Amino acid sequence: MRLGLVIDLDVCVGCHACAVSCKQWNASGTTGALPDYQPYGAEPSGVWFNRIRHFEVGSYPNSKTVNFPMSCMHCEDADCVTVCPTGASYKRAEDGIVLIDQDKCMGCNYCSWACPYGARELDRSTGTMKKCTLCVDRIYDQNIPVEDRQPACVLTCPAHARMFGDFDDPNSEVSKVVREREGYMLLPELGYNPTNHYLPPRKHKPIPVEMSADKTGLAGKLKQFVNRMVKR
Amino acid sequence: MHPAFSVIFFTVLSGAGFGLFALLYLADLFKLGGGMPGAHVFWTGVLAIVMVGVGLLSSTLHLANPKNAWRAFSRWRTSWLSREGVLSLAFYPFALIYLALYWLDIWPVARHLSGALATLIAWMTIFSTAMIYASLKTIRQWNTPLVPAAYLSLGHFSGGMILLVVAMMAKVDVMPYVLMSLFQLFVAAFVKMIYFYWITRIGVGSTINTATGFTRAQVRLLDAGHTHGTFLTQEFGYQVPRMRASGLKVISMMLAFGLPVLLLGLALKQANLALSMAALLSVFAGLVAERWLFFAEARHVVNLFHGSQRC
Repeated sequence: MRLGLVIDLDVCVGCHACAVSCKQWNASGTTGALPDYQPYGAEPSGVWFNRIRHFEVGSYPNSKTVNFPMSCMHCEDADCVTVCPTGASYKRAEDGIVLIDQDKCMGCNYCSWACPYGARELDRSTGTMKKCTLCVDRIYDQNIPVEDRQPACVLTCPAHARMFGDFDDPNSEVSKVVREREGYMLLPELGYNPTNHYLPPRKHKPIPVEMSADKTGLAGKLKQFVNRMVKR
Repeated sequence: MHPAFSVIFFTVLSGAGFGLFALLYLADLFKLGGGMPGAHVFWTGVLAIVMVGVGLLSSTLHLANPKNAWRAFSRWRTSWLSREGVLSLAFYPFALIYLALYWLDIWPVARHLSGALATLIAWMTIFSTAMIYASLKTIRQWNTPLVPAAYLSLGHFSGGMILLVVAMMAKVDVMPYVLMSLFQLFVAAFVKMIYFYWITRIGVGSTINTATGFTRAQVRLLDAGHTHGTFLTQEFGYQVPRMRASGLKVISMMLAFGLPVLLLGLALKQANLALSMAALLSVFAGLVAERWLFFAEARHVVNLFHGSQRC
């Protein structure tokens, strides 16, 4: 098994709900509390497993805002695991999830240096490194309904921009959607072979910005008149 | 990269300590300058070991959870950081046996064997320290064979300078020590100059386009998604202003390589020990500045997700 996420950049609305839900679930999860430093102070900061960046692609007027959620990619060739001197970082053979043993970590930060995706963050209160667990304490839980056995971020996404599944199974939902919509990996040139894939935005017809065509003809005049009369 | 002073201190000090031990052993083996008196060799060896020890202890200061530091000896099969720990610990018994046998003046074969082994381990440890940085694919300024070359040559240069001062104190023929130090100075200076030249012309690597996958258009960051800094911006976001970096480059090269040559020339002419001590101080000040730059100029690819266009 090779478990991971697919993130659909076409429908992500950038609401940060996945990050909040991730924080809520994992604050009491296997890697313990995720502290916030000065949450109500002048410089709020804290540990998050999931962060959303917002990019502008292209230049105006042919531009598009793309919301970009990022968490651990659970790489096939995870350098963060190879460089770990204590053996705290490990990749599970059975499902490919990369985890950190909090009892072994010495907080040297070396794994975060080796990660190109910024998936690892030091918890300054415990002095140990923390990262996305793919909700390993939830996806195998026999006590919750089958449909709930998914990572918190996937369950909460209001736009269904996140999918969870097994990439080794060619007929899984994630494998199919990556095949059909040309899902891709981030920073492929570094050779980490991330498991998580991103679906590019679909091609849409451009929304016309020039309204001058409306001004001609009787229908256009009528539209202009209505626009003047109606208060919006 | 954020330059952590404990790591700067550690790499400079333990590098010089290992370099000093290796050169001390070789100088004693070949009786350089007629051979130094036994007490000088012994106490210089003790100094080398103390430098390595203090460096190693200071390196634990940057750990957030040092109570687990002992576990770092376990993953030497894959991790250069673990290898460094194992090797620097393995250095101790051989170095101590060498010095003990020197003190007792017995068993010359065993003494040479342990000295040679300690020297070999010292070289491997400096190499491992450098490979911690050179093995990272995420930081292009470090991912180069020039990094181990620089660490080895700078460690031997700074250690050799200490040995030169000791030779002046011991009143042996200092010429071989001077020539050795000059040779190491030029090697280290050239390696470092090649490195500085190379990182300014590093070519195309990862860009914001390969980081986001949008390779057919211009991409720029609108919002990083956090109001204040995160661990990532604190650890990797540090950027040294270009002018300050080039100024510091000149200062570090002058302090490490330029000024010591002048001071040593004067010191040798007047047989003045204070001047050679000043040369030594200048070398270490230059190396601290050089190591600070080594960290400050490194750009981690995660900065692409925080607004950098290329790394």
